[in-house]
Amino acid sequence: MAGEYLILPHDDVEKMVRGDLSAQTPAYIELRSKHFLTDELTARSALELLALKVRSRYRRIPEFTGLHIFVVTLRCEHSCPYCQVSRQSENRAAYDMTEQTATASLDLTFRSPAKAIKIEFQGGESLLNFPLIQKIVFEAEQRNKVAQKDLQFVIATNLAVVTPEMLEFCAEHDINISTSLDGPRNLHNKNRPRPGGDSYERVSCGIRIAREIVGRDNVSALMTTTEDSLSQPEAIIDEYLLQEFHEIFLRPLSPYGFAMKTKSFASYNGDRWLNFYKKGLEYIIELNRKGIAFREHYAALVLKKMLTCDDPGYVDLMNPAGIGIAAVVYNYDGAVYASDEGRMLAEMKDYTFRIGNVNENTYEEIFLNDNLLTALHDSFTLSAPMCSECAFEPYCGADPVFHHAQYGDYLGHKSESMFCNKNMAIFKFLIDKMDHDPFVKELFLHWANN
Amino acid sequence: MLQLGGRALRLQGADEKIQRIFRLSDDAELPFALRPRRAYLARKPTKALPDGFAAYVALPPTLDDVTVPEDAIVVHLPDAYSYLASDDIVRINFAEQTIKVLFRAESPHNFLLVTEQCNSYCLMCSQPPKTIDDSWILDELREVITLIPPDTHELGFTGGEPFLFGQRFLDILSLAKNMLPRTAIHILSNGRLFCDKNFAESYARICHPDMMVGIPLYSDDATIHDYVVQARGAFDETIRGILNLKELRQRVEIRVVLHKQTVPRLQRLAEFICRNLLFVDQVALMGLEITGFTRANLEQLWIDPKNYSAELTEAVRTFAAYCVPVSIYNHQLCTVDRAVWPYCRKSISDWKNEYLEICGGCDVKPECGGFFSSSKQYRHSDYIAPISIVPVSSATN
Repeated sequence: MAGEYLILPHDDVEKMVRGDLSAQTPAYIELRSKHFLTDELTARSALELLALKVRSRYRRIPEFTGLHIFVVTLRCEHSCPYCQVSRQSENRAAYDMTEQTATASLDLTFRSPAKAIKIEFQGGESLLNFPLIQKIVFEAEQRNKVAQKDLQFVIATNLAVVTPEMLEFCAEHDINISTSLDGPRNLHNKNRPRPGGDSYERVSCGIRIAREIVGRDNVSALMTTTEDSLSQPEAIIDEYLLQEFHEIFLRPLSPYGFAMKTKSFASYNGDRWLNFYKKGLEYIIELNRKGIAFREHYAALVLKKMLTCDDPGYVDLMNPAGIGIAAVVYNYDGAVYASDEGRMLAEMKDYTFRIGNVNENTYEEIFLNDNLLTALHDSFTLSAPMCSECAFEPYCGADPVFHHAQYGDYLGHKSESMFCNKNMAIFKFLIDKMDHDPFVKELFLHWANN
Repeated sequence: MLQLGGRALRLQGADEKIQRIFRLSDDAELPFALRPRRAYLARKPTKALPDGFAAYVALPPTLDDVTVPEDAIVVHLPDAYSYLASDDIVRINFAEQTIKVLFRAESPHNFLLVTEQCNSYCLMCSQPPKTIDDSWILDELREVITLIPPDTHELGFTGGEPFLFGQRFLDILSLAKNMLPRTAIHILSNGRLFCDKNFAESYARICHPDMMVGIPLYSDDATIHDYVVQARGAFDETIRGILNLKELRQRVEIRVVLHKQTVPRLQRLAEFICRNLLFVDQVALMGLEITGFTRANLEQLWIDPKNYSAELTEAVRTFAAYCVPVSIYNHQLCTVDRAVWPYCRKSISDWKNEYLEICGGCDVKPECGGFFSSSKQYRHSDYIAPISIVPVSSATN
């Protein structure tokens, strides 16, 4: 319930369930210590501790919607095949967010009960509408003098069109840079075509300059996993090392538009991705064994849920689901989406997760939108079939957008769900790794706590 | 080991009280106004003692040839007390002709005993509990606290279980807060009484800016903890006590004494604390003091520190990973892994802190906490060995 785990022989579990487990057995003592059971010796403390741990775990729920994504333009000079949400266009009027929309979005942003607010600028290529970013930053800072939130900014950018002046602005306003780095030159440039075929060169150069101006710790990178990535996790990680990153997020294959139309193909790719992930993680563990501190972000998120009472608040691994609660998207055209993936679905003509329009709806209408509430309610893992009785429930999350996209309802059938299969495999893999290797256990403890 | 109490050689003069508390001063020029509140510490042969002090404490050479003010109280002490200095506080018992040193201004480890009564009966108790009415100590503490110099950094209270006195001990703590506003307070308690929320609230109402309770937790397994403290249900009470104190934002230290009963589950205890009690202010992993009940129960308790160094290191690493401030007390550097040296503290009170002869040749002796006098006398690790630090060679020269 609070995320602690024990691996026990079937026999002991059955005895426990039947109530026949003797108080003198090691299994009983471990179960009591981890609050799977309680007796007169721990009658009151166990309940108080358990309540405290569960409270800690869910303590951020009342402070919902910390991440506010502003899609300042849909225009992009890249033409990445996996991207659903960009246009090669010079038409600013058609694909840029207007000032009016930005202001209305900020109104909503500052209505959030969250104490910590992160405004993330996305695209397209967000820097193609840099003047609007500047206006939003100024306006948000102004409003925050009254609101007194812990306010942070992030610009998601491919860094291809960045200038030193833009970075100076970022440095002045404590804006973090999140860029895209898919792997070594060949892979990156294949994934991310642009005129001149120099995406890799531009991002390498951009990362270097951004670090110099905005600060090393304020520049991070994300990778998109494509079919071409799957054979070369080590090379991708090496690229991150070369670029002096200390972390990588080995992300799942994006299901949106990717070739997963048939179940067999989906599971085939699911297995291939898992293989990719495991090989990557093994490689990262070996790097650490050699003294090179390097972290895998997804594992760190899961490990935080496994080894601490904290919740990382990661959209895909939350229950209730993170849509609307962890993040919300204000699209260039004023449409509000409950998640970034929800916006991608809309590009495929599925508007389920569009929960309103900043210029037409009130905060209450948007955040109490039936589509949002139904998705949250129906996907709630503690009552979802096969989730509610799953040992891994505390580590997992409801992902109604993924399941809706793949299976047409918010739950899917978990035995067929790639989300479920993938996460179960990762949870087992992580537990197996740390339970068999003290070095990995200590490494994972550090990942979980940082 | 310093002698902190015992018989005086001779006691001249008397008092209507059975015993009295004195703060010492060796300043013969002390303004007359202050003298009635001080006892003069005479350590040099002089012709005549300065007038007007409340009493005179004489160290060898004795003051046999000296003119002593008439009907003055003069306590002649043996050589063992030559460490006494200005601002130290002593209790003189006129009936028994004894002295007890209550406070040493020079020591960073001043602990005041509050009571010998306890509601636990720990296997390794260094201060075996007695069922007696010793509430007179509270009156004495009130007096001692008013005499302690206000620039004292830290003051400890120990027992028995000090909080058995309830509100009466809380009043003492309030007095300490008011009279010693710059002095940190550390109280050793089993924490059980704080399972009463009302009592925890009374404690919190003292609002001391720098006061911590050191509470022992011996195992994540309630059965083992209750066995170690010889009190069924103690685990449940201690845990709830810690929770109540932390809910009221009081500072709490968890103390784990390492011995044969607690070492086997040390790692599990570390994980238990990190999962359940992450909000405690610090954790101390402590070596055994071979005194009190420990001597009687040594067979049940003794495990050579060298033989649990792997467990100790693993536990320290776990606490460190969870960012829980952790310290190792009462261990010699040669008995623990070098990896945990930064966590070792020189924790043994100076008056009972010693080293072995073999330690003379050790390069890290100045950093090492050494031994309890009792460990030196009765039992210490079989693996004590001087450490030589090879200097990094200056190959570039």
